[in-house]
Amino acid sequence: MSVPDSAETMQRLTAHLRRRARWRWPEILFWLAIPAAIFVLPSRAGIINEVLIAGLFALSLDLILGLTGIVSLGHAAFLGLGAYAAAILASKGFADPTLGLAFGAVVAALVGFVTAPLLLRGGDLTRLMVTLGVSLMLGELANRNGWLTGGADGLNFSMAPVLGLFSIGFTGQRNAALYSFAVLFILFVIARRLAHSSFGLSLTAIRENRLRAGALGVDTRRRIIGVYTVAAAYAGAAGALLAQTTQIVSLDLFDFHRSADAMLMLIIGGAGYLYGGLIGAAAFIVLRDVISAATPEYWEFWIGLALVILVLVGRGRIAAAPRRLISLIAPRAAHRGVA
Amino acid sequence: MSAAALEARGLTRHFGALTATDDVSFAIQPGARQALIGPNGAGKTTLINLLTGVIKPTAGQIWLAGRDVTHLASSARVRIGLSRTFQINQLFPDMTPAESLALAISERNGSGADFWRALGSRPAIVAEIAELLARFGLEADMDLPTRKLAYGKQRLLEIALALATRPRVLLLDEPAAGVPEEERRDILAALAALPSDVAILLIEHDMDLVFNFADRISVLVAGRLLAEGAPETIAADERVRAVYLGEDAHG
Repeated sequence: MSVPDSAETMQRLTAHLRRRARWRWPEILFWLAIPAAIFVLPSRAGIINEVLIAGLFALSLDLILGLTGIVSLGHAAFLGLGAYAAAILASKGFADPTLGLAFGAVVAALVGFVTAPLLLRGGDLTRLMVTLGVSLMLGELANRNGWLTGGADGLNFSMAPVLGLFSIGFTGQRNAALYSFAVLFILFVIARRLAHSSFGLSLTAIRENRLRAGALGVDTRRRIIGVYTVAAAYAGAAGALLAQTTQIVSLDLFDFHRSADAMLMLIIGGAGYLYGGLIGAAAFIVLRDVISAATPEYWEFWIGLALVILVLVGRGRIAAAPRRLISLIAPRAAHRGVA
Repeated sequence: MSAAALEARGLTRHFGALTATDDVSFAIQPGARQALIGPNGAGKTTLINLLTGVIKPTAGQIWLAGRDVTHLASSARVRIGLSRTFQINQLFPDMTPAESLALAISERNGSGADFWRALGSRPAIVAEIAELLARFGLEADMDLPTRKLAYGKQRLLEIALALATRPRVLLLDEPAAGVPEEERRDILAALAALPSDVAILLIEHDMDLVFNFADRISVLVAGRLLAEGAPETIAADERVRAVYLGEDAHG
């Protein structure tokens, strides 16, 4: 039996396997830039907060779509669940944000866990329909159970300060953005570890060749249920943040366009390397803001046009430029767009 | 009597009116070098899919090292020692050979569901990857995306991945299929060097390879086992010759 030319091979192999787990300086700068922006542009804290929450939501979609290759058009189900769970808890007098955040994530995770087995059968089209169907059902349940959710009127409530110290809401938009940033950062670090672990590797393997993954002993069903549950928790956390920092929830949180927007953000930023959702969310929301300021009535026309151009012409050209840049940050960028 | 490494008992599978596998019984002993041959359409692929759990039998049982695995999912069978390669490469195109092997080894040793520790942080796994890469001559290509590997190297990775699961029984589905002549020798050398304690069932069209490799040959025709025995016995069997004369006419 051949004994590998040990020390050097081992070193090269270890470096190769760990290359994605290593933090690079552009990443560190990225994470420093966000709180800096919040402090430098306090008047824009509201939109920064919106970007951070949308980014967290798109990140959660990236876990299933980009990493595992499971398509969903109903991810808003978990955004809405997390938001309503946090809002209902607050309206019952439990106004602590951290508690509400955890509650929103847990409720969404439970529903994700229960509905995940529906994704195991059939192909992409089946999954698109199943996920869409679940989100429609949950939205309608929220509509019908007005005694709990406020129905079409939504819910208004107030939040206690974060950790009992920092008040959030309309008077504390900077604090709200910092709160969202802290939650996003912590959840991102966890997602990053997950992506670079053996669990994350098995998700990549499921995306690349589910048949072979199973033939190597990967219990593909359990892994898919596992990542879907985590993604649901993340989306629930995004929903809870959205509810808490705006202190209002309404039925449009379950809307189809929320799911579609998250997918667009992911396509704009690039799926599968975790930063795509954050970059896409920033691009999408800033674009929408700029265009709607210029032409308040027709902004959807222009954003639609921009998306068509981006997807048709841009794939490989416009999208390649930031992707190449990003591949300096995380080599996984080169991986794959959305199917 | 020690249990066979893998045993089929009265295995039958219908597809509608077609009987693809018809009351097949056979046993592979630990460490055996067995070959399964048969003309096209004999049901070799169906038999592999039955053994590995991709499809369920209509009747019959499958035993793996003394345990009835008939109703076990295919990934569970892998975890207790039944592994396979594929006739058409089933690899992870954008993962590197090192990562693919890391996956197979982590799943085998139970750390596959670990979502916290980074890849490459377990020296025992890294050492095992290095050993497998060296054994199959894949060190130079270990950090390339698999899709960029030469076809022969991809065939070697097929076998390396299956071996990384530490099987008791390894099903090799036409391992040399489509490999250009100059890379063929590497495959044959890799097959010859497989660990002697692993029972191997080789499914192959290439009779040179079969008669060089196997110490026992089973012949499948129209879903039934036609003959089974030592290579000399099979070579001399009139019924087998009759089947293969027909095969030779168009092959």
